[in-house]
Amino acid sequence: MAEYSVFSLLKNALTGNKDWKPAWRKPDPKASYDVIVIGGGGHGLSTAYYLAKEHGITNVAVLEKGWLGSGNVGRNTTAVRSNYLLPQNTRFYEHSMKMWENLSHDLNYNVMFSQRGCLNLAHTPAQLDDYARRGNAMRHLGVDAELMSVDRIKRLVPALDVSGSARFPVLGGLMQPRAGTARHDAVAWGYARGADRRGVDIIENCEVTGFLRDGDKVIGVTTTRGEIRARKVALAVAGSTGSVMRLAGISHMPIESHVLQAFVSESLKPIVDTVLTFGMGHFYISQSDKGGLVYGGDLDGYNSYAQRGSLPIVDEVMSEMLALFPGLARVRMLRSWGGLCDMTMDGSPIITTGPLPGMYLNCGWCYGGFKATPASGWCFAWTIAKDEPHEFNAPFTLDRFYRGLIIDDKGQGATPRLH
Amino acid sequence: MLITCPYCGPRDVIEFTYQGDGNRERPQPASQDLDAWNAYVYDRLNPAGDHHEIWQHSGGCRAHLRVVRNTLTHEILGTAFARGGHKSASHRTEGKP
Repeated sequence: MAEYSVFSLLKNALTGNKDWKPAWRKPDPKASYDVIVIGGGGHGLSTAYYLAKEHGITNVAVLEKGWLGSGNVGRNTTAVRSNYLLPQNTRFYEHSMKMWENLSHDLNYNVMFSQRGCLNLAHTPAQLDDYARRGNAMRHLGVDAELMSVDRIKRLVPALDVSGSARFPVLGGLMQPRAGTARHDAVAWGYARGADRRGVDIIENCEVTGFLRDGDKVIGVTTTRGEIRARKVALAVAGSTGSVMRLAGISHMPIESHVLQAFVSESLKPIVDTVLTFGMGHFYISQSDKGGLVYGGDLDGYNSYAQRGSLPIVDEVMSEMLALFPGLARVRMLRSWGGLCDMTMDGSPIITTGPLPGMYLNCGWCYGGFKATPASGWCFAWTIAKDEPHEFNAPFTLDRFYRGLIIDDKGQGATPRLH
Repeated sequence: MLITCPYCGPRDVIEFTYQGDGNRERPQPASQDLDAWNAYVYDRLNPAGDHHEIWQHSGGCRAHLRVVRNTLTHEILGTAFARGGHKSASHRTEGKP
């Protein structure tokens, strides 16, 4: 019987809810494992889950320096979509989308995946042409996309200013109906419980302080809780990739760490029931089930490891929100926070073997990591188990930058803050 | 965040444009050393701590500046003009690396 079901709910309700098992144990680290996954965020936990579930590798430790899910998996704006232009990205993110569609059942954990659609607004004829091109590219690869007229957009989001007198008039938009949002903490907790029940040790408050080496080969890590050896060491540390790679003696990476802010307003009655993006700046918004507007914008724009943002971007994001929804001028912001984004030189991620023997690398998620959580872990587990990439992550190598094989969806070039 | 421009004095960060890692060495234009060009275009030091970087005072005197900034605290440790081939801005605070 599934651990969470209507029967277990009734049974525990009748017995005073005293018999629920904790969703994951708090084990002490063993001396050695088959695989160590560094980073107890969404990607690290899903990697451990799929290592156990798909490949039968259960002698696995996930090392987390803080508490589980304290990084970006709990700091994002929860949007899930696969509306990319380039086929390498589209195939990978569409694989992720298909995994999202079955994730709650697979994990027996309600991740509250809500396919409410994602609508990109266009404000110039050229932008609308560009969206038509991207929509066609998506449909060509079997992903859903619809070009929308202003009339349909007006019916879909009545609060939106679609009058011709708006500062940036809305001319149309590109909708991906299967896109949506998910409950981010539940994703971390669901993967953690699934991995734990299959025998994976999730070790919190265990920061990696160095790598154990045998010549070039990585044979384990030193941590704040002692030495741990492993045949394979896998990194999924997002914004801290530069710092952790430096511990392994690699000082330069095609990555910059930047801070991205996110915001939540006070709770409102339902006002926007899709994920909406503004085309004349960088702004995206959705509404949580509690009623809070969840929104964000651009990076702060300079290298940062601070996990907190600066005021100029707060000001800019609020201005963009009001350009779309003048009626929200008096809504109060409840909370804001920052997360570290490992921005690559082409805006696409890295899931690969190496760069050292015994090491596996998963990083470079820019600000798109949350929606990739299932496929990232699935592909990374495949790569770790088989020592070669799956076809979905084969393009996401570390050396693509030096071989002329960059995957630059935005066509922006090697300026990470602009991706 | 305030950045002290050598011409204009302390100014708000919104007057400045970030131009990234100041540690990179551009190869000579005629160089055919692919590794050196790849490193210049794609590799970054990305430290959690003091970072040498280039900013332009685009909303002011438009000078390009070398700035040493701590990426954990956003403390500005030194600024200098980028022109003249200065390798790095000197730290204003003595005793720091």
